[in-house]
Amino acid sequence: MTRTNHSPEFRTVGIDGLLVTFADRMAEDANRAALALRGEFEKRAWDGVEETSTSLASTYIRIDPTRSSLAEFVPRVQQLVRTRDWYDASLPPGRVLWRVPTVFGTELAPQLDEAAKIAGLTPGEAIKRLSQSRVRVLTIGFAPGQPYLGPLGAEFNIPRQKDLTPKVPAGALVMAISQFVLFAGPAPTGWRHIGQTAFRCFRPEMQNCFALNPGDEMLFHPITPDELDQIRENNSDGNGGATREEIVA
Amino acid sequence: MSLIVHRIGPSCTIQDLGRNGFLSQGLSRSGAADQIALHEGAALLGQSPACAALEMAGIGGEFEAGKDTQIALTGAPMQASIDGAAVPWNASHLLLTGQRLTLGSAVRGNYGYLHLGGGIDSDVFLGSRSVHLTANVGRAVQVGDILPSASSHGEAGFKLRPDDRFAGGELRVVASFQTALFDQETLNRFARTEFRRGQRANRMGMQLESDGEGFAAAGQLNILSEVITIGDIQMTGTGRPFILLPECQTTGGYPRIATVLPCDLSRAAQSPADCAIRFKFVSLEEATEIQAAHSVELARLPNRVEPLIRDPNDIPDLLSYQLIGGMVSATD
Repeated sequence: MTRTNHSPEFRTVGIDGLLVTFADRMAEDANRAALALRGEFEKRAWDGVEETSTSLASTYIRIDPTRSSLAEFVPRVQQLVRTRDWYDASLPPGRVLWRVPTVFGTELAPQLDEAAKIAGLTPGEAIKRLSQSRVRVLTIGFAPGQPYLGPLGAEFNIPRQKDLTPKVPAGALVMAISQFVLFAGPAPTGWRHIGQTAFRCFRPEMQNCFALNPGDEMLFHPITPDELDQIRENNSDGNGGATREEIVA
Repeated sequence: MSLIVHRIGPSCTIQDLGRNGFLSQGLSRSGAADQIALHEGAALLGQSPACAALEMAGIGGEFEAGKDTQIALTGAPMQASIDGAAVPWNASHLLLTGQRLTLGSAVRGNYGYLHLGGGIDSDVFLGSRSVHLTANVGRAVQVGDILPSASSHGEAGFKLRPDDRFAGGELRVVASFQTALFDQETLNRFARTEFRRGQRANRMGMQLESDGEGFAAAGQLNILSEVITIGDIQMTGTGRPFILLPECQTTGGYPRIATVLPCDLSRAAQSPADCAIRFKFVSLEEATEIQAAHSVELARLPNRVEPLIRDPNDIPDLLSYQLIGGMVSATD
């Protein structure tokens, strides 16, 4: 992938947040940069910093506005960011590859054909390409434990819908802008519903309630609706038939 | 045990100040939609605003005391009675063992709160008792549930004059990181527009309607998904704004035109359907000062609590609503 030609941008979020953005489009090196800067804040544990998170290409830092002001805080962060080249950072250690059984299309994922058409592909070709795309957890968000996965090929750079689909079920694999989202729970979405899994991203009843971490990778291999039914009958671990493999650095 | 639930509205959940620190795993804060109400309840019962309370969306319920329990009622006023005798809202009361508390529909605003002395002692998940229905954390309160409370040393029989935040009005906003995606003309029109709260509203967010065209940002269907914070005003694909509330998603691709100040979010969440809402941009510096002053006000609430005087002339708003109902039927 080509290197991002963008320098970090600093913007305030509400009255107590700062967003450091490494690219204005999804780029692999910008995603790594965002993860690395967040890691740096977690390590430094500055007084007055309440919380950090990452999105696709940005790091978000929230402060306690009663202890510090953004006016004082922003220059400190700018100084820290200037100390190194974040685009060169490596991925976090301890990553995992998940292989997830997935029904593509059918009434369980009714927008596969429509998405394939927008991508200029037959449904069969779209399924083949999507199921062979090894994608990375770029960020977790929108709902608990829910990954944004990518990047997919440029042919899948299709826009979101203008109107929201009122509800897709938990385990839905949806697509837009060369990315997947694997839904943690039932929710409305502007993305197209192209696959259905029984993988539970968020397991509040378990000790380790979040299944994924940014940097993990996923592969979605095709199965039939009958096979998904069988998986659902024996899904007490929440993995939905998925296998888990450590990625050796 | 403390209160036994005999009847309950469809959307009543246990809420505290919320669960901070899990944005990185996609879990938004949750917590009371009207955080001012939590502080008011705490002031009335002489306890910490971190105590959990029952948040009741639109409709209350019927509760029996399993032991003598101090309670307080705050937020959207509801018809309230103990064993059939009306009791005032924005006040604390002693509920004796076996007595029944009945709470009806909200007469103004959306979210009423029932506080128990010592706070509701439900299970803690990741540091908070707040239910987050969207995230599948906890569930709504049901008939037959028991609301346990920690022991309390406070007294009942106090009242507090609430600030009126149940009829919409002006919400102060700051520019946020995507405000610049909207051109100046669109921003001006946004600040001039009188919105109405739409029918679509819950703890995730509330839709706003207005006449005329929507509010679009440049290239907004292809914007990179970015962090969302509570109070963000998000424009959907049709250019209609949603104010995002405590159970909102943590990231999203629809652009945010501005962010409502935390101190004005109670007013936003309590705005009933069809009521008028306007937005006023303030600078980040002003917003910081306004929010700091609000925190000072909240901290002073315990000093504003007064003994409850059981004078008929002093029964607040609720009675006037019953009188209006009677007048309407008299003229039929």
